[in-house]
Amino acid sequence: MMFSGLLLKQKSAVRTVALSGLFVAIVFNIMETYGFHLFMINVGGMMNFDRFALFFNTIAMTCTFIFFLLSAREMEKVGLQYADYFALLFFILCGIILSSSFSSLLILFLGIEIISIPLYVLTGSDKKNLKSNEAALKYFLLGSFSTGLMLMGITLIYGNSGSFAIDTITTPGTKPSVLLIAGLLLLMFSMAFKVSAAPFHFWTPDVYDGAPTVFTSFMATIVKAAVFIAFLRLFYLAFGDIHATWKLFIAILTALTLFVGNITAVFQQSVKRMLAYSSIAQAGFMLMAILALNSIGAEGILLYGTAYCLSTIGLFAILVKMKDYTFDGFNGLARHQPLLAAAAVIFLLSLAGIPLTAGFLAKYYMLNAVISNGEFLWLVIFAVLMAAVSVYYYFRVIQAMYFKEGEPQAMEISSSFKWIISLVAALVIIIGVYPQILFNWFYF
Amino acid sequence: MIALLLILVPLLTGIATFFLKKEATAKGWALLSSFATAAVSILGLTILNRSDLLQFKCDWLPGLGSTFSLRLDGMGQLLCLLTAISFPLIFISTWNRQYKNAHNFFALMLLSQAGLMGVFLAMDALVFYFFWELALIPVYFLCSMWGAEKRIAATFKFFIYTFVGSLLMLIGLIYLQTQTPDRSFEIDSFYRIALKRENWVFWLIFVAFAIKIPVFPFHSWQPDTYEQSPTAVTMVLSAIMVKMGVFAIIRWLLPVLPHASYAYGETMVTMWTIVGMLYASLLAWRQNDLKRLIAYSSIAHLGLMVVAIFSETQIGMQGAMLQMFNHGINIIGLWIIVEILERKFGTRKLSDLGGLAQKAPVMAILFVVIVLANIALPLTNAFVGEFMMFTGIFSSRVFSYELLTVPLAGLTIIFGAIYMLSMVQKVIYGNTNELTENATEIGPHEKLALGIIVIMILVAGIYPQPFLNLTKETTELILKEANVLPF
Repeated sequence: MMFSGLLLKQKSAVRTVALSGLFVAIVFNIMETYGFHLFMINVGGMMNFDRFALFFNTIAMTCTFIFFLLSAREMEKVGLQYADYFALLFFILCGIILSSSFSSLLILFLGIEIISIPLYVLTGSDKKNLKSNEAALKYFLLGSFSTGLMLMGITLIYGNSGSFAIDTITTPGTKPSVLLIAGLLLLMFSMAFKVSAAPFHFWTPDVYDGAPTVFTSFMATIVKAAVFIAFLRLFYLAFGDIHATWKLFIAILTALTLFVGNITAVFQQSVKRMLAYSSIAQAGFMLMAILALNSIGAEGILLYGTAYCLSTIGLFAILVKMKDYTFDGFNGLARHQPLLAAAAVIFLLSLAGIPLTAGFLAKYYMLNAVISNGEFLWLVIFAVLMAAVSVYYYFRVIQAMYFKEGEPQAMEISSSFKWIISLVAALVIIIGVYPQILFNWFYF
Repeated sequence: MIALLLILVPLLTGIATFFLKKEATAKGWALLSSFATAAVSILGLTILNRSDLLQFKCDWLPGLGSTFSLRLDGMGQLLCLLTAISFPLIFISTWNRQYKNAHNFFALMLLSQAGLMGVFLAMDALVFYFFWELALIPVYFLCSMWGAEKRIAATFKFFIYTFVGSLLMLIGLIYLQTQTPDRSFEIDSFYRIALKRENWVFWLIFVAFAIKIPVFPFHSWQPDTYEQSPTAVTMVLSAIMVKMGVFAIIRWLLPVLPHASYAYGETMVTMWTIVGMLYASLLAWRQNDLKRLIAYSSIAHLGLMVVAIFSETQIGMQGAMLQMFNHGINIIGLWIIVEILERKFGTRKLSDLGGLAQKAPVMAILFVVIVLANIALPLTNAFVGEFMMFTGIFSSRVFSYELLTVPLAGLTIIFGAIYMLSMVQKVIYGNTNELTENATEIGPHEKLALGIIVIMILVAGIYPQPFLNLTKETTELILKEANVLPF
């Protein structure tokens, strides 16, 4: 993909190569899920493509596919290196696949780094924009710091167990050593940084706001979901035996994240920044799966990832088309672009967790996961109160679109864009009514 | 089959209505659809009243222990009938009102009907929660788009209020599901829950229902929302939607958590409710705006139903069910009058009206009958309901302060007579003023709608036995589940 820019002069050709390449990858991945192996590579126990990983990879790639369909044209406006953006996105996708299927801490580190470095570049890709540059630098500095923490954590754990393989880190029945707990906390902090959980979230609003909107859309959704999968995988497989020692930390992180994300989002004037804070808030809900650490949570995080990615990608695709990112910019959209407004309503309802949309069932799974563990009921009640707060800022967009008058904006919207966005909206509702289509695939 | 049709007819026709561009077609289509739903509901009550037709079950989320299970029992029949006949009445009586983007308006109305039907039919807690929320969303859009000046703030308050309540209820329902023997959301499994320490779950769920009804002190959304909504939507809200709360207490709270219901039913719930009833009655007395007056009177009436339910007697509970139906019919009648007055004179202020009895005698007669029904005069439908509820409260085995409860609740009835009759006096008697001087008689649509309502009032008032037969079985079942005292 990187070299296609040299060979292909036309932008549409680059786009076609990217889409078809991704499509082939999706097909291979699905075949792998059903047990047709095209080729076997000996990974030496470093990676384990289990069903969970493969299933998530399919989701991530499908979401990327949808993202390309919706927003690939917008990338032209960012800068000149059109093909390079695709190449970087594909690198990130490689990182996602590594970090969703690791079984050694080294691969986890590698995956997270392959995700992060192209992201630093993409954040600063709008070279003439000062905000974009600032965001990239900030992201890079803080990101490297958290990578440092992660390496230190891995080192400490290696010092304790003498192995990078995640299934040998803890031995059930023994008391964890101080070294192990220190390593675990460092890993937890660096992962919390990557998923922008409070109090490690300070980079998120600036970076999401500064980065070109198309790339914000990618990193707030698919990347975030992937890091969550890695987070869950790490804590499920490596530290599952010593759940009792760390769950209080996660509970506090969750509560803080929900609080900071939701309360701050209320005060935003720009929809883009609001979505940045809302992504922090949604991360709070996803953390509940790690807190619960049971099968409902694992299923739930897949559903949550899908629901959240689809709705946010759709919303960002609409946002990219807007001239004005403030709430007032959405005034009267329903009158001028009824279809876009209706789709946006579905996405917002899904993010707010209203029944009939995928977002409701996702939240439902998270609540159910924590409740069936029987502890932390205070957190569940706190979480739903925060979900009610989130209704406030999501509905502000709906109010602006439907109940306020505004100037019509000139937007270039192709009919194919309309078709795809309605398709995504329909998908959000179908998953919300009948999530079995997703899970039948998972268990079959 | 009947159960499924009751949801599907409004749902599908509602979605179709979004694509009808002409106002007249959308209107006619919506009316047709509502007639079809009413026909299905009446068929389910009469000819096709067989238990295999009245239920529907299919797998929905097996992993979560939820099945898409619908069933029409006696109480469900009654409330579905109310929902089914309210919508044609609403459409007929507001036939002359112009809406901009009418197709969206009627589509959302039909969708809200589908949601309401679902609430009354659901026999699975998750399905119930689903429809509970679904009924809310269309109403939110209806109020915000077609309401009065301050609609956005008022409906937003309403939405946040009910949403917080329903999320708390969701936690309660999930917790209860983990306590069922077979980890299922089915109502039969819920009835098998044997919890002793269930107090906080009771409050989580009760708050959601109390907000909907509304029970003091969760009522503050209600007058604002009623005032700001378009009258057709106010009818849906006050005639049917608030009944969701009362209904849900009977089906999902009392039998599921009998111990907590017994423990708190009299001490806290009843006391609050009675305070709220008195408070609402006094406020209604002082209102000058017709919509707000009726809104406050509705708080008082619904409060009495809540008290009667927690008395846990057969007669009181049957009275509450009957009264849910009757109150729905009566209040639609009142709103129709309000709608007529507002359309004719552009005001809802009591102080601006007067002397209409001379100008529009037919309306005046129908109006007086409906008001008399609302204050429960003998021979009207509400008399039967309220009489039964008071008997129930008085003869309750679980109440120990009925000597205090009954007179206080009775006081609200007297207040009710005072404010309703003074409203009648201010609106239709006295002398005409310059606004009402040229008033004309109401049109044929309104006569038809009001006439149907008056006939129903009298029929249910003189011969309520069919309604009582209908609800008998459900009541016995609920009371058997709810009973915690040894006989």
